[in-house]
Amino acid sequence: MSKSDLEKRTVMSPDGEPIEINPLQDYFCDARPKVHEPVLPILVLGFGTGCGAIEMRPLMTPRFDAYRFGIQWRPTPRQSSVFIISGYLSVKTLKRVIRSYEQMQNPKFVIALGSCTINGGMYWDSYNTIKRLDHYLPVDVYIAGCMPRPEAILAGFEKLKELIRQGKGEGANLYAKNFDWYKANQKKIIKDWDIPDYNW
Amino acid sequence: MEFGIKQILYLLLTLFIVLNYGLILQGIMPKIAARVGRRYGIRWYQPYLDLIKNHAKRSKITHGVMYYLGPVFRLTGGIGLLFFLPVIYGSPMFDNLSFAGDLTLVLFFQFFGVLGMALGAGEGGHPYSAIGVSRGLSQVTALELPLTLGVISIAMQYHTLNISDIVAAQQGGILNWTIFTNPFAGAALMLTFLGSMGRAPFDVVLAPQEIPIGPPTEYHSGFLGVLQLNRAIFPVAKLILFMNLLYGGATSWPELFIKTFFIYLWSIFVGVAFPRFRVDQSVRWFLGVPLLFGIIAILLI
Repeated sequence: MSKSDLEKRTVMSPDGEPIEINPLQDYFCDARPKVHEPVLPILVLGFGTGCGAIEMRPLMTPRFDAYRFGIQWRPTPRQSSVFIISGYLSVKTLKRVIRSYEQMQNPKFVIALGSCTINGGMYWDSYNTIKRLDHYLPVDVYIAGCMPRPEAILAGFEKLKELIRQGKGEGANLYAKNFDWYKANQKKIIKDWDIPDYNW
Repeated sequence: MEFGIKQILYLLLTLFIVLNYGLILQGIMPKIAARVGRRYGIRWYQPYLDLIKNHAKRSKITHGVMYYLGPVFRLTGGIGLLFFLPVIYGSPMFDNLSFAGDLTLVLFFQFFGVLGMALGAGEGGHPYSAIGVSRGLSQVTALELPLTLGVISIAMQYHTLNISDIVAAQQGGILNWTIFTNPFAGAALMLTFLGSMGRAPFDVVLAPQEIPIGPPTEYHSGFLGVLQLNRAIFPVAKLILFMNLLYGGATSWPELFIKTFFIYLWSIFVGVAFPRFRVDQSVRWFLGVPLLFGIIAILLI
């Protein structure tokens, strides 16, 4: 599919009637994000992306067994509550991450793994990675390290649960409140912006 | 059969007991599978937490009316299956809506949920949902053949389509159970049972690694909660059906819990020992040995 296929245009229907189509718009979600009153969320579902995911695989093995903490990996953003950004994020991946993040349902949390998400890490002078994830998505928990060990990730999950119980895990509402600021930051760095402004 | 407010209350009580039993089974069975893999596994009350969490989600989006109806159809399939089964044999309270031809209706309800899901998941517009549903439907269609042959064999054996009568004919000792009096039908049914439980080796429809979890990919929040409710009720209803057909039914709740627990354990037992089939492999497998057992069962009766 070429990029011109995604543009808004007028096409002729089989009946000879002109109709306007906008392939990128989902007509069921055409509103800005809402700020939701907090209710108590209970359990954490994980969703991983990126290269540092190599440290997340052992979590499901008998040695670390994250299942016993109520952590389960889901392959679809719709059902996930936690977005794990595992390591460096290139600009190209950031676009996909934003799409996935916006498709997750409130309440949702972001865990950032490794120093790359905090200040760019060893890619601090790279031309195509982002330096601070916090400018593009609201991060709830940072787990430092290069890469963090699986134990550290488990500790991070426990920290996230603690924050949620204290009512401080309101990343999704932060995103809704400062929506324009986040969008401006994202558009500044993503040059070929061809995704809808909000897509849930 | 008298049908009044009392009957409805008993139905709801049955639903409540079965729902809780199903949720606890959902917690215990993965734990058993995890112990085989030398893990601790989830906590036994994890399914309750999942359910509460999914219903407590603050936002949800929709894809239109059919998208709503998908989970509703699925849940109707589960509850319908349960309501038309005689749960406790000889009990006026838990005989439910059992009637003379209930066996045919129950067979229909097995298929109903998947069809509803196919309609609803297609509406989500996610390509993986459509692939998942087509895989699920082809697997269910393949396993339906030996299942139906086995059920027809049992119906011919007892000359009835009423599950209560089938249970009644098996009373009076373990050797009267259909699994002993009609072993080929029993074998065909128990092999298809593996497929209908959706566990390994037949869990490719819902496999996260294959296509992101198949039909429910697009379902979230409360929609997923409804699907989870069905995932607790539907297996127990199916367990009760198999217990009634093959293992002499149950005359009390404790007997029901023990029998259904071990029938469920059979699918876990196979699941931890064998790797996952691809859909084309599982279809071919169902049309092999289980189908053969089904045909032998029909011929021998």
